Parts: sequence; C-alpha cells; structure tokens
Amino acid sequence: MSTTTVTTDAGTLRAGTLPSWAPLAVAGLSVALGALAWILGLSVVLAVLLAIVVFVVALPGWSLAEKNRRAATDRLVTALIWTAFSVAVVPLVWLIALVVKEGFATLSPEFLTYSMRGVVGDEQGGLYHAAIGTLLVTVMAALISVPIGIFTAIYLVEYGKKNRLAKVITFLVDVMTGIPSIVAGLFALALFVLLIDPAIRWGFGGAVALSLLMVPTVVRSSEEMLRLVPDDLREASYALGVPKWRTIAKVVLPTALGGIVTGVVLAISRVIGETAPLLVVAGFTDSVNTNLFEDRMMTLPVYIFTQYANATEKGYAYAWGGALVLIIIVMVLNLAARLIGKIFAPKTGR
Amino acid sequence: MAKSIEISDLDIYYGDFLAVQGVNMSIKARSVTAFIGPSGCGKSTVLRSLNRMHEVIPGARVEGKIAIAGQSLYDSAVDPVSVRRMIGMVFQRPNPFPTMSIYENVLAGNRLNSKKMKKSEADDIVERSLKGANLWNEVKDRLTKPGMGLSGGQQQRLCIARAIAVEPQVLLMDEPCSALDPISTSAIEDLIHELKSDYTIVIVTHNMQQAARVSDETGFFNLKAAGQPGHLVEFNSTQKMFANPDNEATEAYISGRFG
Repeated sequence: MSTTTVTTDAGTLRAGTLPSWAPLAVAGLSVALGALAWILGLSVVLAVLLAIVVFVVALPGWSLAEKNRRAATDRLVTALIWTAFSVAVVPLVWLIALVVKEGFATLSPEFLTYSMRGVVGDEQGGLYHAAIGTLLVTVMAALISVPIGIFTAIYLVEYGKKNRLAKVITFLVDVMTGIPSIVAGLFALALFVLLIDPAIRWGFGGAVALSLLMVPTVVRSSEEMLRLVPDDLREASYALGVPKWRTIAKVVLPTALGGIVTGVVLAISRVIGETAPLLVVAGFTDSVNTNLFEDRMMTLPVYIFTQYANATEKGYAYAWGGALVLIIIVMVLNLAARLIGKIFAPKTGR
Repeated sequence: MAKSIEISDLDIYYGDFLAVQGVNMSIKARSVTAFIGPSGCGKSTVLRSLNRMHEVIPGARVEGKIAIAGQSLYDSAVDPVSVRRMIGMVFQRPNPFPTMSIYENVLAGNRLNSKKMKKSEADDIVERSLKGANLWNEVKDRLTKPGMGLSGGQQQRLCIARAIAVEPQVLLMDEPCSALDPISTSAIEDLIHELKSDYTIVIVTHNMQQAARVSDETGFFNLKAAGQPGHLVEFNSTQKMFANPDNEATEAYISGRFG
C-alpha cells in the first residue's frame, strides 16, 4: 500500500507521508503483539513493555522506510513523549481508582459522623474526630503562614530589590522548602516542650509544624505572582501621586490576587496530607477535640496511619475510607483554587 | 492652574553613569513643549525627572535644580508623592489598571488616595475627564466594563483621562502615540491642542512631524558620542527649530541627515 503512494506521489508535496490511519494501525498491531505475548506466558509488565517498544520502533521505522528522515524523527520523539506522559499519568489514575475501589464501600453517614471513642470489636466507628482535627489544624496553619508568606513576598519583590537581606531571605526560603516534614514536627515539639510543658501534645503545635512547611511554598508562589505584575502599573499609580504602600495594597495585590490565592490553596492541599509532624506534635486520640490549644488532636493522615497499624480487617477498611476522604478534600481544594483563580483573574471584557 | 518649570544645570545619574548633563531650559505655562532626539539621548530621563518618576529606578539621582513656579522639586523636605500629584504623567504604552472598570480607572487617582467624595461628585469627575480626553462618547454606555477591553488608542485616552482627573498643574507625556495607529494618534494630538489651554504639557516624541504639529517649543537632545552623556543641543520655538535652527546638528537631525 505504501509503495504505491510513493511511486505515484514521488517528487510531489505528499511524497514520503504516511496515511492518516498509520499511528492507529501501528498502535493496534503493538497491542495485539503484546496481548499475544501475554497469552504465550509473558508477565503483564513485560507484555506492556513489549507493546510500547514495538510501537516506538515500528512507527518511526515505517516513516524511515518511506525515505522521510524528518518525519521519522518527529514520530519517534512524539512516541517517546506520549510514553513519558503515560508513565507519569498511569500511576496517578491507578492510585485514584484503587483508593475509590477500596474506600468507597467504607463511606457511609456513620463513618463520616462517628468518632472512634469507645469503639470495640466490630462496632461502627468513624473519622469525624480526625476530619475536625484536620480542618482546625490546617486552617490554623494557613492563618499563621499566609500573612507571613505574603508579607515576605511583598518585601522581596517591592522593597528588597536584590539587596543583601533579600538575597539571604530567598536563600533561607529555598532551604526551608527542603526541610523534611518530620524535622518540622520535631522542631515544633521541641519548641513547645521547652516553652510550655515537657508532655505537651496539642493541635496548635501541629499547626505550627505545618506552617513551617507552608511558608516557603506561599512565599515562592506569591513572589512569582507579584513579579508578574507589570512595572507599568506601579509607575501609573506612582504618577497619580499614590504612595508606595497604597500602590501595593490597591494596585499590585489586587492584580496578583488570583495567582496568590491559587498558590495558597495549593500550599494548603500540599500540607493537608502530612502525617509525621502531626503524629509527633498533635498526637492521636479516639475522641473529638475542637480545642486547638488543649489535649491531643486526631487528624486524617494520622487516623489512616493508626487504623492501618491496627492490622485488623476493620482497620484496613477505615484506612482506605480515610484515604478516600483525604483525596476528595484535596481535589475539592484544587478545584476551588482553579475557580478562585478564574474569578479573580483580571478581566479583559472582550 | 498651569505652571511653568525652570530647569537649571541638571545632571542625571544612573548609579555612577552620567546619563544627562547640563540641561538648562524654561518651560512655559499653558504651552506644549516637545523633546526630540535619537534613542538613548536622555529625553525620557529628563521628562521623568520632572515629576521624580526616575527615582523608581534604583540608583537614579539628580543634581542641579528643577523648580515649578519657583518651588524646587528636589529640596530634601519635598515629598515625591506630592510632586507627582501636581505633575501627572502619561506613558508610552497604555497602562490602565486591569482590575478596574473604565469608571474606576478614571477615578483611580482619587480613589487610591482614598479621597472621600459623593457619588454625584465622582460621576462629574469621570464625565469631565473622559470628555476632556475625547473618550466620553465612545465609552459612556459601558463605564462599568473593564478598561482592558478598550482598543489601544482608547486605552491611551483613558490613561490621559485618568491623569487629568486629579487636576495636575503639568502633564508629562512619554511618547504617548508610539504604540498607536495614525487615527488614534491624530485623536490624541487634537486632544493635546485642547488640553493646552488648561495645562502645561511636555511631550517626548520620535516623530518629528508630531513635534512640529503639536508643540510651541522644542528641545533637541543628542549624544556627543556613544557612551557619552546626553545633553540639550538646542531649545527654541518650534517654528524656528524646524525652519531655521541655530545649531547645525539640529538641522541635520531634523532634515534626516546625520553627522
């Protein structure tokens, strides 16, 4: 089939091109070969690998056979990029599918509204106490880190202007980004043990540990957003006789608001799943505690961890259910971030 | 309310680099003064020093004297913010505030300084400024729409409306038409003619015909050589400047011959 195209179209603009169904045909062939290999006893992983290799070799090979080197290179790179993309996405989809499959059965009104207080044996328990704890600790962490982060970013962009202090701050923020979360937790614990009480375990400590992890993310994202605000706007405002602080508050921040809010929400969804620092500072408990400043406080990640550690059938089910709830919360937060970003984005009116 | 400006022995530095040297001129009230000259000769720098906008760039400083109606702009007791309230500026690229509507953009100078005013008063200012900028008829039905939705020429006139809404004494324009098509340019030139009766206007332009059309007096800036500071070569009435300039370099530049 291809040879006829070449002989009739040789020298024309269509010389050396593959028919439009070529990628689909080669994909079908690769899948068929992989399936055959699997039936013949190859393991699933190897069969999939075989199919990918066949596709990546066959399609550019066909193009090369048509004497079109440029198209062959293009096909090869395109195939490699799609492979890399799948390698990145497949585990993600797999993870979500697995959590939904395992956790969906556990979800029930009781699971969402009961705590684990006095739950023995096969009695119904829930994650209400952990959800409340996660909510309170995360909101507190955001309350601590958002002002610090945004004000730091404002200093770096509007006042620092590459002076020595700004460079030092930028460097320290970069270092902070790399702090292992357990270290943040131990730091918060040590801080409150030294300051208040050697046996202290409280939700506020967890919030402090989480805000240590959040601040660098908030600084970084807000800094980028503030830098995106064109200097033209600042100059326009100065030229109207507006002082610098008002320019920042009324022109720069509103212009960058969408991006900053998105960055903050993404930072929240990044720390909401942290386990280690909360395990260390907030501790764990079976009962509902709504006071951040007193007693241990359960959080979702710690709940998942302890239920899993119970190693009972009920415990595994609760752990999967908790994981599903946590993923749903993170997804809702991400969607909210996108929505907020859209709402606050400067409008063009066109 | 328009005021005159006296510039004497003005040197402008960016860090250690002397960008403009020894400028002396007097800008008359209620007239249009044009700055012309090749790129990099310091026209915009001088213009920006007139309302202390060059201070936005780190390391920029000024030596010499600039006085508006007898008051020096660079006394240590002078607040740059109050200088800018007196001397408005329109930039090369239209820069309406993207978060604000057309209405809010015009009022930005008042609102950002949180001046209290009644709704009727605010409406008056918006209508007067937009009429002053020849934009009222085009936008009166969509004042609540974002300013970024206007065309480039309309945006530039919106920026002019925003600048005159705070009733400055002097209006500085830094190549206000360089990003605009001939029709918008002509609209803005007409506007400059009208504004002349109330404001002192200083305009930087690369367009010689524009300088000839709109200005009463013209200053020609040039570089002695690459890397040397820019300086004012000639300052004269526009008529004389374009018909019979005193300086040979001016004539060479205006007639398109260099060297």
